[in-house]
Amino acid sequence: MRELFLALLAGESGYGYELGQTLQQEFGELLPALNAGQIYSTLGRLERDGLVVSQSVEGDSRRKRLYELTEEGRTALERWIDTPVPGARLKDEFFMKLVVLASARLAEPKIVIEGQRREYLQTLRDLDALLTTNGKGVAAELLVEGAVLHAKADLEWLDLIEQRLTMREEPT
Amino acid sequence: MTPVLEARGLAKTYDTGGAEVLALRGVDLTIERGEFVAIMGPSGCGKSTLLNLLAGLDRPTAGEVRLDGERIDRLSEAELARLRRRRVGFVFQFFNLLPALSAVENVELPLLLVGRRRKDARRTATELMAELGVGDRRAAAPAQLSGGQQQRVALARALANAPDIVLGDEPTGNLDSASARDVLGLLRAARDRGQTLLLVTHDARVAAAADRVVALRDGLVSDETELHAARPVALPFGREERA
Repeated sequence: MRELFLALLAGESGYGYELGQTLQQEFGELLPALNAGQIYSTLGRLERDGLVVSQSVEGDSRRKRLYELTEEGRTALERWIDTPVPGARLKDEFFMKLVVLASARLAEPKIVIEGQRREYLQTLRDLDALLTTNGKGVAAELLVEGAVLHAKADLEWLDLIEQRLTMREEPT
Repeated sequence: MTPVLEARGLAKTYDTGGAEVLALRGVDLTIERGEFVAIMGPSGCGKSTLLNLLAGLDRPTAGEVRLDGERIDRLSEAELARLRRRRVGFVFQFFNLLPALSAVENVELPLLLVGRRRKDARRTATELMAELGVGDRRAAAPAQLSGGQQQRVALARALANAPDIVLGDEPTGNLDSASARDVLGLLRAARDRGQTLLLVTHDARVAAAADRVVALRDGLVSDETELHAARPVALPFGREERA
């Protein structure tokens, strides 16, 4: 979220709530209302690290803080722009859980896999419902399509894991 | 209540010139009235064989199939054909509309085959097509329709005789993603009106539209999953910031 805020401040200085509103416009109901606390704690950390500065401005009813990028902030933003986001993850909570439960003999791998398959299928159902009811911005729709493809890949992976594990169990 | 469709110990062996292939190795499956079930598995898992046996298009090597309580695996070809016309609807991957007939003629054909009057059949076909969003394409030949429209017509044809069950073989397999979503929506709408449905698919996204997903592996049921109404989903924004 830090870099998102740097990018939103690249064109012109802005108030915290405006940044929240811009994100809300792009992602619609996919984005739960960002609370002011989250926004201002992120901006506070950016300011502490010297990536933004703020000044107090007299508002309608109370004083507001106007944020802008520093040189350092602009450099950090450019680095972010030029660096692709890391791809394939080796970290997977389900898989770590499966391996540890199996090695400690705390659960039957097949049962754990079945439970996880249920969860991924239900996730697909949840996401598809979102596409039929959503029908909003392109960004939100593409984000959901991406999540669908990931869930399908996770299901294929489960099949692979199950196959390998059962192959090992069967006497040769 | 009697299940719409019931399979017990269903097995099928194919003899491919000396080598025996076990396509199904003892499948139990029960489909209750009003249920929407998906059978999911990779190619070669036996799902098409299973569908053919359930539809009475092929005979099991062992086991039994009951449609509304009645054994169908021992019926004669003529009896099976009659039963399929009246009580089973089909939706295929490649639509299988008759190219020489117009869209509405395709939909009314199953009605005429069971002896409905022409005028009556036309009215039912017209109503169904309107419900499925192809009411304005009645006179078109199948070749003039998009894939999504052809599948809507095919679905209208499958629903025409208010069958006990609609069987689908990869019904969205040949559609673009938007049309696929529309057709899935229509299948769910049919289910919401009480239609029993059984689909076979390799696509988890299609399967996830069902009430129950049966996973088939190497000719056996390996897992069954009940699905629930969709849960709300939201971006986990800001979560990483707390770390």
